[in-house]
Amino acid sequence: MKKILLATTLLALGTGLAAAQDVVRLGTEGAYPPFNFINDAGEVAGFERDVGDELCKRAELTCEWVTNEWDSIIPNLQSGNYDVIIAGMSITDEREEVIDFSQNYFPPAASAYVALAADADLKGTVAAQISTIQAGYVAESGATVLEFATPDESVAAVRNGEAAAVFADKDFLAPIVAESNGELMFVGEEVQLGGGVGLGLRESDTELKAKFNTAIQSMKDDGSLNALIEKHFGPETAKF
Amino acid sequence: MFAVCADPKAIEGLTWLSCYLTSGKHLDFYWSFVTVLLLLAVTAPAALAMGFGGAMAARSRILPLSLLGKGYAALVRGVPDIVFFLFFVIALDQGLEYLKSLAVCADHAWPWQGLEFRVCQEAKVPLGASSAFWHQAYGFALAVFTFALVFGAFAANVLYGAMNAVPKAQLETAEAYGMSHGQVFRRVLMPQMWVYALPGLSNLWMILIKATPLLFLLGVKDIVYWARELGGSKTQAYEYPHPDWRLWYFLGLLVFYLCFTKVSEIVLARLSARLSRGQATAAGEAMRRAGA
Amino acid sequence: MTCWETFNAYAFRSIGIGENLLPKSDFTLCQQFTLIGSGLIWNVYFGALALLFGFFLATGIALAKSARSPWLSKPAEWFVFIFRGSPLFIQFFLAYEALQMLPKAGIDVFGISVDTAWTTRAWAGALFVLFLNTSAYAAEIFHGALRSIPKGDLEAAEAYGITGWQKFTRIQWPTMLRLAWPSYTNEAIFLFHATTLVFFSGFPAFRQMGDALYYANYFADKTFNPFVPYPIVAFYFICLTLLLTSGFNAVNRRLNRHLPSNQTSRIRLRPNLIR
Repeated sequence: MKKILLATTLLALGTGLAAAQDVVRLGTEGAYPPFNFINDAGEVAGFERDVGDELCKRAELTCEWVTNEWDSIIPNLQSGNYDVIIAGMSITDEREEVIDFSQNYFPPAASAYVALAADADLKGTVAAQISTIQAGYVAESGATVLEFATPDESVAAVRNGEAAAVFADKDFLAPIVAESNGELMFVGEEVQLGGGVGLGLRESDTELKAKFNTAIQSMKDDGSLNALIEKHFGPETAKF
Repeated sequence: MFAVCADPKAIEGLTWLSCYLTSGKHLDFYWSFVTVLLLLAVTAPAALAMGFGGAMAARSRILPLSLLGKGYAALVRGVPDIVFFLFFVIALDQGLEYLKSLAVCADHAWPWQGLEFRVCQEAKVPLGASSAFWHQAYGFALAVFTFALVFGAFAANVLYGAMNAVPKAQLETAEAYGMSHGQVFRRVLMPQMWVYALPGLSNLWMILIKATPLLFLLGVKDIVYWARELGGSKTQAYEYPHPDWRLWYFLGLLVFYLCFTKVSEIVLARLSARLSRGQATAAGEAMRRAGA
Repeated sequence: MTCWETFNAYAFRSIGIGENLLPKSDFTLCQQFTLIGSGLIWNVYFGALALLFGFFLATGIALAKSARSPWLSKPAEWFVFIFRGSPLFIQFFLAYEALQMLPKAGIDVFGISVDTAWTTRAWAGALFVLFLNTSAYAAEIFHGALRSIPKGDLEAAEAYGITGWQKFTRIQWPTMLRLAWPSYTNEAIFLFHATTLVFFSGFPAFRQMGDALYYANYFADKTFNPFVPYPIVAFYFICLTLLLTSGFNAVNRRLNRHLPSNQTSRIRLRPNLIR
């Protein structure tokens, strides 16, 4: 395996010189399944891996995957350490002010509460991941927000009774709830936050943005994007 | 890895565990121990060199240079290392690319446009087309430099103190024998200062060991990053689903750090004994008496 | 919003007084300075209390470590080794895991129910870890100082008929402090720096009440610009370090006031400790 990898990188090096402009680095977090995660082989995997690879193929770009901490994912894009953010990032006005988004490749997602009991107090202590739109929403809802560094820890906080509920992307919570043997359940109403998930790009990279927009549109048109959504999120998820 | 591991969800018990512990991700985890050790091995001399430079500057008779040396030590030590790491690496990266852009780019437009930093493709470090290996090596180099800068400030302080601790009379005697400044420094001060600097430096080494969990802030995937990543609960989307096992991974790290500290303590104690031999200190005197 | 209004709204936000919601727009320098400064309250709280409590425990452990009986010295040695030998980050994690295993409903002690929910809150849990941590470091410093008390001083005390507890309070303890003070100053500085780890990787922030780094993180996330909030934290900490150093220097002068001026050990900031 290592040898094959080495061979391909050497190959990439050789051809890369000719087409230097076309190597696009995709930055992701690698800790947000099923959107993106590091699989057991140590590589980026998940919905966004499939989408990203397909988009690059359609736009005829050579792509490379990079992982970066969520906290500094935008500053590093602007610093040029990678060219595209593909990390389950919701399109929000705040972010639109500093970076550009492609059209969404995942429909506006619902966020939901998960708790141990159906009568959990959603105005009590609610866990969320630090610096996400969900954390901001909980703070505004009047509940006491308990912020954790990773989404994992926020779910763990509900399990051990630290928080009454956790508020996060429904698609992230769904498999966890499904596999908890009835311990965890969805409570309260779903909330629509953000304008769907899009690729984040530098404002000056208009050409690249156009290429990706065309590629996303073509995937939407021939239904391959819906197929990928269904593959990773199950048949009940909202599609295009 | 092994043939039995082809379908992890069908196996259980010890086989499952052995497959789990040899998955690609775990191999990355084991590699990260090497990364951390390598980083320590590279950073320690680099920080020492930085500290030596800082201490020399602080002792300098040229006022601006001495202020620079003292300012460097005071400023960097006043700031918690974690805060420093959070913005310094991006700044360093941009600074390097800006300098390179002055040399290689055709147009010299100011690269900072609002929050965006833009230089021409040729000025990227490393070049956009280079392989993942170079990107990682560059990230590693940035981390080493940043660590060396922070710990160099502490080392500068220790060395500055050690240089002042060498008995003045000896230096004066050396000068009376007609040695030049440089000769006094090389022949009298340098060989003796280490014994005074060692306690401070060994503590610094210990601090350095324990600062390695901050590496993940610098973009280097260290043992704590992988322990967190591997230990977190895994759904069926993964090949090896399991509940939250972070506790076990962190206990493992705890043992690693304790052992590493212990070994370091033993080695440093020996080094200290070696350096004290023949020195005009209490420890050196005790050794002389024991030998006589 | 003028800067004065911002100050009124957010100066004590970190302890829950003032505006409930964090700023959502503008993110002016004034907002950043005020809110990050407000977070500094927590850094000072953790640092000052851990240092205060730790001082007494450290003295006890240093004495235990120097005791002849292995029943006293061995546990003290292990305590110091474990807390000095592992990263604070891991100590926070393990403490948090352990504390949340306590039953949530409270523990029954002789019929009285003792509430345990507060132990996982940063103000208690993190303070406890920092307290133990700084005790271990300070104990090592004090232990070293105890061993380097000049033999002559102790013999002279005995010749004057000062023994036992009196010898400790009047000769050993003051001399130990005097010898240990420069290193202890460093420990204090490191401790204050270490308080930034509390919310960063240890304990969850409750109701968006966090320390200086927590708010800096908030602004870095909202403005996507790390080059303003983090240097502000750095600036605050440089000031805090200077203040701390001058305070400890004053104590140092007092401890050494009986010595001729050329013998006083000047405080040199040396990392004589392990963190």
